[in-house]
Amino acid sequence: MSDHAHSPHLQHHFETPQQQFDAGKLGIWLFLATEILLFGGLFCAYAIYRANHPEIFVYAHQFLNKYWGGTNTVILLCSSLTMAWAVRAAQLGQRKLLVVLLSLTLLGAVGFLGIKYVEYKEKWEHGLLWGARFAPHVEGHGGEEPPLPKAAAPAPAPSASAPPGSFVVERSAIRPAPPGPAGTVIAAEEQEEHLEEAGIHRRPANVQIFFSIYFLMTGLHGIHVLVGMGAILWILVRSVRGDFGPEYFTPVDFVGLYWHLVDLIWIFLFPLLYLIH
Amino acid sequence: MDAHGNTHAGVGHVMRRRVLFRVLAALLILTYVTVAVTSFDFGRWNLAVAMAIAVVKASLVLMFFMHLKYDKPFNGLILVVSLALVALFIVIALDDTRHYQRNVIPGYAPEIKANTQ
Amino acid sequence: MATAEGTVAGKKAIPGDNYLTHTRGFLSWALTLDHKRIGIMYLVSILLAFLLGGLAALAVRTELIAPGPTIMGADAYNKMFTLHGAAMVFLFIIPGIPAAIGNFVLPLMLGAKDVAFPRLNLTSYWLWVIGALCAIGAVVAGGVDTGWTFYTPYSTTTNTNVIATTMGAFILGFSSIFTGLNFIVTIHKLRPTGMTWFKMPLFLWALYGTALIQVLATPVLGITLLLLIAERALGVGIFDPALGGDPVLYQHFFWFYSHPAVYIMILPAMGVISEVISVHSRKHIFGYRFIALSSIAIAAFGFLVWGHHMFTSGQSGMANAIFSALTFSVAIPSAIKVWNWLATLYKGNIQLNTAMLYGLMFLVTFTIGGLTGLHLGALAIDVHVHDTYFVVAHFHYVMFGGAVVAFLAALHHWWPKMTGRMYDERLGRIGAALVFVGFNGTFFTQFVMGSHGMPRRYYDYVPQFAIYHQISTIASYVMAAGFFLTAYYLLHSLFRGKRAPMNPWGGNSLEWHTPSPPPHDNFADTPVAEDPYDYARIRKDPATGGYVSTSYEGAR
Repeated sequence: MSDHAHSPHLQHHFETPQQQFDAGKLGIWLFLATEILLFGGLFCAYAIYRANHPEIFVYAHQFLNKYWGGTNTVILLCSSLTMAWAVRAAQLGQRKLLVVLLSLTLLGAVGFLGIKYVEYKEKWEHGLLWGARFAPHVEGHGGEEPPLPKAAAPAPAPSASAPPGSFVVERSAIRPAPPGPAGTVIAAEEQEEHLEEAGIHRRPANVQIFFSIYFLMTGLHGIHVLVGMGAILWILVRSVRGDFGPEYFTPVDFVGLYWHLVDLIWIFLFPLLYLIH
Repeated sequence: MDAHGNTHAGVGHVMRRRVLFRVLAALLILTYVTVAVTSFDFGRWNLAVAMAIAVVKASLVLMFFMHLKYDKPFNGLILVVSLALVALFIVIALDDTRHYQRNVIPGYAPEIKANTQ
Repeated sequence: MATAEGTVAGKKAIPGDNYLTHTRGFLSWALTLDHKRIGIMYLVSILLAFLLGGLAALAVRTELIAPGPTIMGADAYNKMFTLHGAAMVFLFIIPGIPAAIGNFVLPLMLGAKDVAFPRLNLTSYWLWVIGALCAIGAVVAGGVDTGWTFYTPYSTTTNTNVIATTMGAFILGFSSIFTGLNFIVTIHKLRPTGMTWFKMPLFLWALYGTALIQVLATPVLGITLLLLIAERALGVGIFDPALGGDPVLYQHFFWFYSHPAVYIMILPAMGVISEVISVHSRKHIFGYRFIALSSIAIAAFGFLVWGHHMFTSGQSGMANAIFSALTFSVAIPSAIKVWNWLATLYKGNIQLNTAMLYGLMFLVTFTIGGLTGLHLGALAIDVHVHDTYFVVAHFHYVMFGGAVVAFLAALHHWWPKMTGRMYDERLGRIGAALVFVGFNGTFFTQFVMGSHGMPRRYYDYVPQFAIYHQISTIASYVMAAGFFLTAYYLLHSLFRGKRAPMNPWGGNSLEWHTPSPPPHDNFADTPVAEDPYDYARIRKDPATGGYVSTSYEGAR
């Protein structure tokens, strides 16, 4: 094992490669903990708003397409496989395989973002945006209704005679969304039926909260996917250069751990946002 | 060759391909299940069911793709502690939002008519 | 015989090649991976931030010397106290001891060559610089008037530069996270053989506890600030009641970080005090395990009490009660430390040099601060004194009387090691006296004022409070004089100070077993770790004016 002492990859302040590797692992796990706490805040916001206003979430999630969401889930899971396999390839010195697997992972990331782009675009066109910019309208037309101004909130009084357990029926200043392409915005009559089944007789107030949370969570997640893509591209380049092998593969390992975390977050985002029922 | 039949000269445990593929298969099946289960209504357990499946999926990713099963336990402890803190935060903040004392200073809170319970 | 440099009889520490002279040029500092140089860069930077925050404080106090406008208008006043708070909290005190002192001392105490991730360390520093520039840019562009806590709904609606400031704080948060991450891994992995966890110097336990908080709490600040920025820039509405949001939720988010943050501020300070009190009493620290474990307890408990900042915000009765009870319990580990320090002093051979004076000062002022925290933790008292000067006095007693005083103690204790120079002791004692008198005059008055109802962050006040404000302001000038004097003699020592011996104070932790200043690689040979508080074999060496370890003497 004496050749390890002369390994060019051993930094001067570490005594053995094992110590350096263990230190790096500990470091990356601490970093992942920070990411968990970063997203944790958003999960907290989700929990609070969903617990206090379930009707908003039940109503609004119909505008999300669970097949797009499900496809994205499958893509990320497969990219996690290719990433984990890539780490193995690096450990075993299988350079060509490593390059292929990293490229596939990158492709998966691109696919994920592509689908997100499609989803976001569709929301944008229908005015299904966050907070003050929530202004649902027919596709292709700019504001039929002006975006909800910050100060002038609709102010219906909660129905005093609403029986306990039923959703609060409040007349919103936002008109119900008109029919759109099938599978995205449900036709008005279908919408009424759907809502009646769920016990909601009209759109609840403050639906924009759902979209705020949707865009915040998927947006921050998307930014992490982008950063991950940059990191994977970087190690892809280094793999092509032949930088990695059994004696040095830690960047692949650590980027892999980051990528798995991105996948982990989506594993929770998908049911929470797309599969509410 | 090590006990798993993998050759490696360096540090770190090498995942077997078979394990990786089986984990992916399990994950894909669970993804299908989580979508399919939405056609059943468990009432107020809907969220719990969805989260339970997500936790199983997450555990598979953590244990196998992220090597935690073969790693030093302290790294897993870091994960557990961070999750515990998130849970603490959510539980206490959530409970508080459901029991705000809006009139702790009488007459001070303005009437917000848009959304309050 | 080959003894460690500085212990050969008759010679003082020879200014040979050391980390300061090892390489030259701006880039050799800007791109350095040497933890000692990074520590020095941090030290200079945070002291500049302290100057900025301090001048803002003097401006605030000057404005308040009389009711009504004195030197500035109301809007400028709001911006001034916001600047004071934000600069002091984010730029000075949170990086503070870990970045400026810890970076330098931690690897030395471990007998290590560097921290675990030197490049990450450099990144931490430059992130601090970028964050600081953002924040200062916000000030230059007209400032922020929300108070350093950025409470909604005011922070989402005011037209001052909230986004630039919070973006700066966000970047500074990453600097803090990376430092904490680095320290955790370094302490886990780079301890020398023989130095088990319970043989580490207590300063390292303190830095470890701090690092845990930095890593776990700061991301929540990150998401809080991101949400605030999204609210302002995009109209997300999550804190806006008109859009269905909840402004009190902001407070939960903000304090979930900011309460543990105050333990980031105080834990390293406590670690310093453990070192200073023991070395300058020439006595083994009392209750090592209790002090070590109490650092971890404070870190853990610190996460459970954030709601005590929200007692009057409409927080639920149950939450109020739980947070109040937990707040009482978080005082216990701190009290344990104070008792152990007192027991260390008892029958010690106390050297009343400047570092020790600050150490003793800490015991007085931190205790007052800590005890008044209990006052505030009691719901029945808090409803009356929340948002009054009582709170201001409390947190200045712990942040200033605790963290800043300990920072001064650390600076004086390790100055010879970092710079290779001794400062003028006499001036040091005068400076400490000025700081002590000035500080207590400034802030004790504020306890009285606050309990009589003077609200905080108020630009104007009724004439009955004028006398208190006058005393407070005059005393703040005395305190400032103490600081300027300190700056003077420390800077003077860089040019004219006596050369420092390897071990001027007789400490036994490993940093005292290498020359002052240390060589680039820290140690010529890997030192053997002993009990860092065992002074039995350390004796004064008249030749150097410092101390020598008799374990070396056998080689003579």
